[in-house]
Amino acid sequence: MADPFLSIQSVKKSFGNVAVVKDFNLDVGAGEFVSFLGPSGCGKTTMLRIVAGFEEPSAGKVLIGGKDVTGLKPNQRNIGMVFQAYALFPNLTVAQNIGFGLKVAGMPKAEAQARIDEMLAIIKLPDFGDRYPYQLSGGQQQRIALARALAPKPKLLLLDEPLSALDAKVRISLREEIRSIQKKLGITTIFVTHDQEEALSMSDRIVVMNEGRADQTGTPFEIYNRPSTKFVANFVGTLNVLEGTISDAASGTVKINAEEIGLKGKLNGSKAGDTLSLALRPEAISLGRKAGNDSNLTGQIADVHFLGSVIRVRVGVGQNVVSLDTFNSPSSPPPVVGQKTEISFSSGDVLVLH
Amino acid sequence: MKTSRFWAWLVFIVGAAYFFIPLIATFEFSLRMRRGEYSFDAYRVVLGDARFQETFAYSVTVAVFTILLGVFLVVPTAYWIRLRMPQLRPIVEFITLLPLVIPAIVIVFGYIRMYGSNSPLPFLGSARGTDALLVIGYATLALPYMYRAVDTGLRTIDVRTLTEAAQILGAGWTTIIARVILPNVLIAVLSGAFLTFAIVIGEFTLASLLNRPAFGPYLQNIGANRAYEPAALAVIAFAITWGCMSVIQILARFAPKSANRPN
Repeated sequence: MADPFLSIQSVKKSFGNVAVVKDFNLDVGAGEFVSFLGPSGCGKTTMLRIVAGFEEPSAGKVLIGGKDVTGLKPNQRNIGMVFQAYALFPNLTVAQNIGFGLKVAGMPKAEAQARIDEMLAIIKLPDFGDRYPYQLSGGQQQRIALARALAPKPKLLLLDEPLSALDAKVRISLREEIRSIQKKLGITTIFVTHDQEEALSMSDRIVVMNEGRADQTGTPFEIYNRPSTKFVANFVGTLNVLEGTISDAASGTVKINAEEIGLKGKLNGSKAGDTLSLALRPEAISLGRKAGNDSNLTGQIADVHFLGSVIRVRVGVGQNVVSLDTFNSPSSPPPVVGQKTEISFSSGDVLVLH
Repeated sequence: MKTSRFWAWLVFIVGAAYFFIPLIATFEFSLRMRRGEYSFDAYRVVLGDARFQETFAYSVTVAVFTILLGVFLVVPTAYWIRLRMPQLRPIVEFITLLPLVIPAIVIVFGYIRMYGSNSPLPFLGSARGTDALLVIGYATLALPYMYRAVDTGLRTIDVRTLTEAAQILGAGWTTIIARVILPNVLIAVLSGAFLTFAIVIGEFTLASLLNRPAFGPYLQNIGANRAYEPAALAVIAFAITWGCMSVIQILARFAPKSANRPN
């Protein structure tokens, strides 16, 4: 990136002997929405807290707008942040909460009131100014927290799992709202989540973190369809992993349970006899032969789950179990457990995991 | 169901009788100053006594300064311990409990040895210095109550997240403590303040041995030399304590309600 707005350079963080963030590098462009996605303990929140200034990195630096802010305190960085636990001040009304940062900054009263009204309109809660946080639902509180973070016009917005404490329906509507407000204001945003669906649906780019490192950085499409590591492939989406042995590296032939499939051009650097893991998304597999699919495997139906519009089928292929989804059709009966079947897929959809 | 209610009421009545009968007896005795009829003569004498007014005013003044010192000492300490040094909490709790274990007489003799007129810090060299030492001593005696009250108040709020939310909005430490933390633990601070007030108003040992004109030594003096007035003073002292408790209860209704615990 030629001129990144936020630049995280070789950041490391250890607590005692435990390294929580290991050599983290990232450039974020102005107005970009980037998600840190990973399981608990992967270092994503620590990295966010380093950007916010709540944690000091053991090594490396953080630059915002080209300025090194590594040594600055959180209240000197002009960053907005939304916390998982809302963190609204219980003793202040909604309007006072939103105006807190403006008052601290010494903004004149009339100007501050206008900004508070503007923020209340943006989050679509214009009549809530006089209420106290305890009079609001979780979703409303989190919208107020977002308005409070945005009111002082910060350079950067940090969202620390802001949707985790909300129920599923509110979570979906609020994530759409957050994304639309972010786009409207064009504010550079870092979003921390362990929920892949949130990350995939909201982000311009996703950083998948594992054990303190960025395993892969890319667009949601790249992360989902071209995972670069086994961890990313397993963590993002549902994935079938098939263990196979290379029969002929040059022609790309791989043997899975006595049947062979071709993976031309995907086995560079491997040799015959090597074992490898192949990954396939459930939606890339069809039950039975299908036109356009060049690879077939034989198996036995192990399990059938009727989920309404979709039927999830698990097929045993030798030692491997493959999950796939087929649409329910009222005119044809669902597959029967124990029935022999073929599955087919395109070799282009197969991912070779390193 | 009915049997359990009977026993509950019986326990309540016995407990209430245990507390109220001596108090009623004291009150009844305090009304007997005039021979053959009940009167408030004892109260008139006590409240009209210039020494009562002087000593009571002195003790109230000392109590106010003690509360201020206690708040300035305890609120930032308890806050900092919760925020940054939770591992020190057991040690600080132990230290704050020491005044319950070490008798006031030991503390005051320590003060007299440490802060005599020939010491580097001659608090006892002047009346104002001795007053200051008395305030410091009372703040120490009230520490177990003040610390516990404030710490309990801090436990009801998410200190760390609220602090970080204020910090990221640009607030410094003074703003955070004054505008975020203190208002949210105000009721707890007031509870500690009124307990401190109640302790200071009746305290005898420190005031007597430091020779200050406080209410405690006055109570003792009256008790040793008069018949009906000590009973009236005891009832007045109870009324003051209960008044303090009632104020705590009233103020608790105005406590900021947490989003997670609305009731």
